[in-house]
Amino acid sequence: MLSELQVMFTRRRTWAMLAAIALIPILLALAVYLSADRLAPGEGPPFVDRVTQNGLFTGFAAMLLAMPLFLPLTVSVVAGDTIAGEAGQGTLRYLLISPVGRIRLLVVKYLGTLAFVMVGTLTLMIAGALIGALLFPVGPVTLLSGDVIGLGEAMGRMALVALYTTISMLGMLAIGLFISTLTTIPVGAMTGVLVASGVSQILDNLPQVAVIHEFLFTHYWLDFADLLRDPIELSSMSSNLILQLGYVALFGSLAYGRFRSQDILS
Amino acid sequence: MASPSAYALETLELTKSFGDHDAVSQLSLQVPTGSVFGFLGPNGSGKTTTIRMLLGLASPTSGEVRVLGHPIPDELDAALPKVGALVEGPAFYPYLSGRKNLMRFDAADRFSDTSTRRERVESALARVGLSNASDKKAGEYSLGMKQRLGLANALLKPRQLLILDEPTNGLDPQGTREVRNLIRSLAAEGITIFLSSHLLGEIEQVCSHVAVMSEGKLVAHGSLDELRQGTSARLILEVNLVTTAKKVLKTFGITPTDTSRVGSLSRVVAPVEGGLDVGALNSALVSAGVSVSTILVEQPNLEEYFVGLTGEGFEVAR
Repeated sequence: MLSELQVMFTRRRTWAMLAAIALIPILLALAVYLSADRLAPGEGPPFVDRVTQNGLFTGFAAMLLAMPLFLPLTVSVVAGDTIAGEAGQGTLRYLLISPVGRIRLLVVKYLGTLAFVMVGTLTLMIAGALIGALLFPVGPVTLLSGDVIGLGEAMGRMALVALYTTISMLGMLAIGLFISTLTTIPVGAMTGVLVASGVSQILDNLPQVAVIHEFLFTHYWLDFADLLRDPIELSSMSSNLILQLGYVALFGSLAYGRFRSQDILS
Repeated sequence: MASPSAYALETLELTKSFGDHDAVSQLSLQVPTGSVFGFLGPNGSGKTTTIRMLLGLASPTSGEVRVLGHPIPDELDAALPKVGALVEGPAFYPYLSGRKNLMRFDAADRFSDTSTRRERVESALARVGLSNASDKKAGEYSLGMKQRLGLANALLKPRQLLILDEPTNGLDPQGTREVRNLIRSLAAEGITIFLSSHLLGEIEQVCSHVAVMSEGKLVAHGSLDELRQGTSARLILEVNLVTTAKKVLKTFGITPTDTSRVGSLSRVVAPVEGGLDVGALNSALVSAGVSVSTILVEQPNLEEYFVGLTGEGFEVAR
């Protein structure tokens, strides 16, 4: 596991993606800061109007912007690369004859991608808080429910948002792991994972298929806003967790079923 | 359970089909413990597919595999730590240094000892002569250096069996020689070596046993000496008095097949048995008054023998 993390965080690609993630709140804050017109409350994308009043909102606003496309993009890169990357490189056969154990490899690979998402979401929130604090006034945070919380608790809420978005990615990571066992071309797997998240989000916006909405792995992605109420609304959290674990179970076993007896010919 | 076996590697009627094409067909191999076993065949004859099955990377369509007495794939985890391998060329993480690559593969091995890792990695690097380049990224290595790093990876732990797929591919003559010496020294330590190659010379120089594959089928199998007996040795003689020489040869039961002139001398070629006493023949010739300028028994050329096997064998099979 340690070795997997070392390999992941030695790669320049990983750092480039983290840097890009950190850039989202920075660009957002700069854009808001430099634009002459102040947004009236309620105008523009959600949360963005609040950024000027309280810099700590930068992270939340950036997360809302990153959730539909950018975060899934980085997730699909790491998740699609898991097995397909090793296979395409030829290192998969050497890992297997080490012997690494096929199940162990899948688990470690999955946890590795999870660690990346955790670091990524934290990076986004921390970069958001820092740039927000630099450019805008910082003070007690007024929640969506109107309650006011102190700075310390606001930090706690940021960490919770990072945790929530990480949990939201559990299902997608499992789908990525499965798709990654299907090919030896990492780019193909990455694209496949990204397409899956795109399709899921499109379906989630079609009222005609409302009946399946709550089973889509992207359905609760934006519900982290519930963490910004007092008391925290738990219903969507728990539905999300159950849904994500369902995806992990399904695609985890598919990945295992596929990988367990697969001929490694690369 | 692993049963003690005289064979480090054994396959029984091993078959691997891709669609309706048999990449490996009914392969029964026995690799004696302690031997240097050459696995020979032209490209595409099923060597690498066989090796993948030996290592549990691919599952056989039918047939059995035993590695160090362990049935594969059932006891793969028991067998693999004792086996070092180079499969279809080396492969590494290009963005990691040579040393870090080895650390990574050793960390992947569930059974390796973390406390001795660094030491084992260093000694494997030293053994293949890569110590000086170990901090360089593997992506910047030449093919020969990658090949050496691949060998180092196979030598990370004390092994009982080494499965080496074309280990001298991409090496310069000097590197080839070093690898050959390395194989000899490993064999001297008692490690069984299973060496696949399409180069006959290489096999002939280091191997004690050989199996020849052609189109997925085994066409010859045995010790080099056994295989040499399948072909007859040739006596080559260069003398001044050809008629007298032929008479002497006759008393030894040798019938020349070819006579030609080489300058002022006559060159006589004749098939002979393996046990011919060349010294006695020489003295007989000399005491008959023949001046002998060349006398030698040429071992059969295995290359011609193998090409014959891999070529004609297939035509007949069709």
